[in-house]
Amino acid sequence: MSTTTVAHHDDHAEHPTGIMRWLTTTNHKDIGTMYLTFSLIMFLVGGAMILGIRAELFKPGLQLMNPDFFNQLIGVHALIMIFAALMPAATGFANWMIPLQIGAPDMALPRLNNWGFWLLPPSAILLTLPFTLALFGIGDGALATGWTFYPPLSIQGGIGVDFAIFAVHLLGISSVLGSINVIVTIFNMRAPGMTLMKMPMFVWGWLITAFLLIATIPVLAGAVTMLLTDRHFGTHFFDAAGGGDPIMFQHLFWFFGHPEVYILLLPVWGFIPQILETFSRKPMYGYKAQVYSLWGIGALSVVVWAHHFFTAGMPVPALLYFMYSTMAISLPLAVLFFCWIKTMWRGSMSFETPMLFAVGWIILFGIGGLTGLVLADVAADAQYHNSYFVVAHFHYTLFAGGIMGIMAGTYYWLPKMTGHMYSEKLGKLHFWLTAISFNMTFIPQFFLGLAGMPRRIPDYALQFAEFNMISSIAAFTLGLSQLLFVYNIISCARGGKKATDKVWEGAQGLEWTLPSPPPYHSFTEQPVIK
Amino acid sequence: MQVFRKIGLGISAMLVSLNACADYSWNFPTPVTPMALDTLHVHNKFMLISMAIFVSVLAIMIYSIFAHRKSKGYKAVADKAPSTAVEIFWTLIPFAILLLIDFVIMGIPAYHSVVMMENTREKADMVIKITGSQWRWQYEYLDGDAKGIKFVSNLSTPKDQMDKGFDGKKDEQYLLEVDNRLVLPVGKKVRILMTSTDVLHNWWVPQFGSSRVAVPGFLRETWVQVEKEGTYRGQCKELCGKGHGYMPIVVDAMPAEQYKTWVATMKEDLAKASAGADKEWTKEDLITNGKGVYEKNCAVCHQVSGSGLPPAFPALTGSKITTSPIFDADGKYLKDSHLDRVLNGKNVMPPWKGLLNDTEIAAVITYERNALGNSVGDVLQPSQVKAARQ
Repeated sequence: MSTTTVAHHDDHAEHPTGIMRWLTTTNHKDIGTMYLTFSLIMFLVGGAMILGIRAELFKPGLQLMNPDFFNQLIGVHALIMIFAALMPAATGFANWMIPLQIGAPDMALPRLNNWGFWLLPPSAILLTLPFTLALFGIGDGALATGWTFYPPLSIQGGIGVDFAIFAVHLLGISSVLGSINVIVTIFNMRAPGMTLMKMPMFVWGWLITAFLLIATIPVLAGAVTMLLTDRHFGTHFFDAAGGGDPIMFQHLFWFFGHPEVYILLLPVWGFIPQILETFSRKPMYGYKAQVYSLWGIGALSVVVWAHHFFTAGMPVPALLYFMYSTMAISLPLAVLFFCWIKTMWRGSMSFETPMLFAVGWIILFGIGGLTGLVLADVAADAQYHNSYFVVAHFHYTLFAGGIMGIMAGTYYWLPKMTGHMYSEKLGKLHFWLTAISFNMTFIPQFFLGLAGMPRRIPDYALQFAEFNMISSIAAFTLGLSQLLFVYNIISCARGGKKATDKVWEGAQGLEWTLPSPPPYHSFTEQPVIK
Repeated sequence: MQVFRKIGLGISAMLVSLNACADYSWNFPTPVTPMALDTLHVHNKFMLISMAIFVSVLAIMIYSIFAHRKSKGYKAVADKAPSTAVEIFWTLIPFAILLLIDFVIMGIPAYHSVVMMENTREKADMVIKITGSQWRWQYEYLDGDAKGIKFVSNLSTPKDQMDKGFDGKKDEQYLLEVDNRLVLPVGKKVRILMTSTDVLHNWWVPQFGSSRVAVPGFLRETWVQVEKEGTYRGQCKELCGKGHGYMPIVVDAMPAEQYKTWVATMKEDLAKASAGADKEWTKEDLITNGKGVYEKNCAVCHQVSGSGLPPAFPALTGSKITTSPIFDADGKYLKDSHLDRVLNGKNVMPPWKGLLNDTEIAAVITYERNALGNSVGDVLQPSQVKAARQ
């Protein structure tokens, strides 16, 4: 989406035009659009990186790259997808939709909002710059430790690690600023009559996400800063020779890292029920049960972190505690699944693209959830841990559960945001190509993991050849299918059939009472909720 | 529980036979330790449960998708503002089902598995120590007849098979073959102590079902009891740098008698090697031996030609360290000399004194100084290395 594409019916909106509009904007929709555009670009960048990996893994032997470059690609792919694609996409929707959904004119802290966004491009540059520098013989490339920064490998690493540490700092500041803004907006700017228990589910999902971000991002920032001082200033936080412990880093990292999973998913769990109720033409089931479940999952997510490294060695009581607490997450999640399906049940369903994505999302995210449950079993985890089984599992939760959810949201709100209908035909084609090639990519990886293929290896034994080949072919299909998504969004932003205010027959909520696209200052008069 | 176990066994039998008739493998490889067997049961049981949940939920969804369509004229039935009690009742059903699965069906056996997995000491027949290093494993036998046996295990797949453009036939055990295999007696409980010299590694043999991270500066433990004779293969599964994909594990499990013979042979070799350290070697013998040691241990980073991979891994050809003197006038080895660097390491360069014996170190240093484009001309004797260790 470029500057020319967002046509506004701005009666009393005066803003600079051209590039200055975007640099200086404090408008929640402009900033939301920038977040979403940034996210889409980074999604393609991160995707291109992993296609490099899949090309290398197409058959045994080193074809395209050396192992060191391979390690750089996997780590940066993950950091980009998590911090620069998924999180900004969720923040973009928060910016666009929270004021619309709660009947506010804008976000509460507009300048903070602008700063939050403009921290992102520099951090994306910091993450990827070491690749370019290496071409000119400076340093030896980007972070090659995987996205988890585990020391002592990260202490050995080159300047790529330092670049990544500072990138994570910037991304963290940006997320905390965004979260503060969301919380302040939700607590102060709801329309009269909108009590907390009447808020749209997306707003609830984001509220909990924001609290999780504020609770955990500082821990990550602390951990990577300790890593930085270990690297350059002679401290020994993670070095046994000086009285430190490498495993302590894992505790700190995953204290952030596990809630992070829910930070990525909670906004999606917010708007999926809204999509389901829209296209089932009946109100969502168990609103209260869902809200309590979201809180339950949010709370549990900060006390289960050590299940990410059961094999690192822990006392038996700790193993048991982290195992049982992890399993407990499935309880509220089961309630959520029940409510989502009960919302569809006996509705009057139609299957436009957002609904296709939402239904496909329930099924695929379900696979991610179920495989996650068995991963909690400590003894079995010794086998699954760091194998391709885990890779498949977390792509079911983060690609299907995260990105396909975001796609559902994109198709759902795109007509509202642009004022035009997207091509339903292309959207449906995009869904089927994505769903099928996604499964073809990751189902073989479950079997690879079971057969004993470790993750993060650039070359593999011959017994893994067939599944890797299937997975690579499907991954390229998956990657290329996303170009349809990009094309559909761009052509929708440029023009097309006019969207009505309500867009969808069964749409409910304040955002559908405004024109499509909404005026520059969303609600100039507060709506009243009865 | 018994029922589940039987079903689990049935399924695993089915899957293993599927294994046999195709190149594809659909489940864990055949377990050979009590722990791996336990893991397979947990896995099969759980896959069954989750498959049942998944299929029944999917069936409900599919029914709904086809029956409750607008295009078929189905009118939405509004949930009559579900009273809180009804809503609580309904939402507690999935909650209760998962409660049962998590903490009874899965939870109780999981408790026993964890206790079994962590019980490394009770009734252990022998103890070995495994040390991970970038990018090789070192095995040391700590007690019993085998006490003192210690060796390094390196990847032995020929380098050219990994290269781009290799169009010959790769070995059957491509990337899963080593020069020195770990040998364990069948049926004995082996307690494994695990550590690392540099970064994190993870010693994992899928058929053993045990995996544990090797942490530098700490000891971790696990155990295996191999019930079946055979050769078992695995890999490091903790990202440990550029050689992460190239540090396989191969274990030969032997019956007690055969194991005894192996121990005796190894002991003999050890004695020979320490005798070799005392004799005077010729330059040519050292260089010949040194080439083998170099290509196995050093060429990963410094390259076969000695050109290195700067800036991380410096070239040896013409480098200051490989061409400057090793000893001062009094015959004491110099700090930052060739011998110092090889023995004690620095930064990324690992200390080799624990990994190579005197003869190997003498040979490799002599080789590096007189080959790889260097021609310093001097000879380092194993006895000098031995002296330097003191």
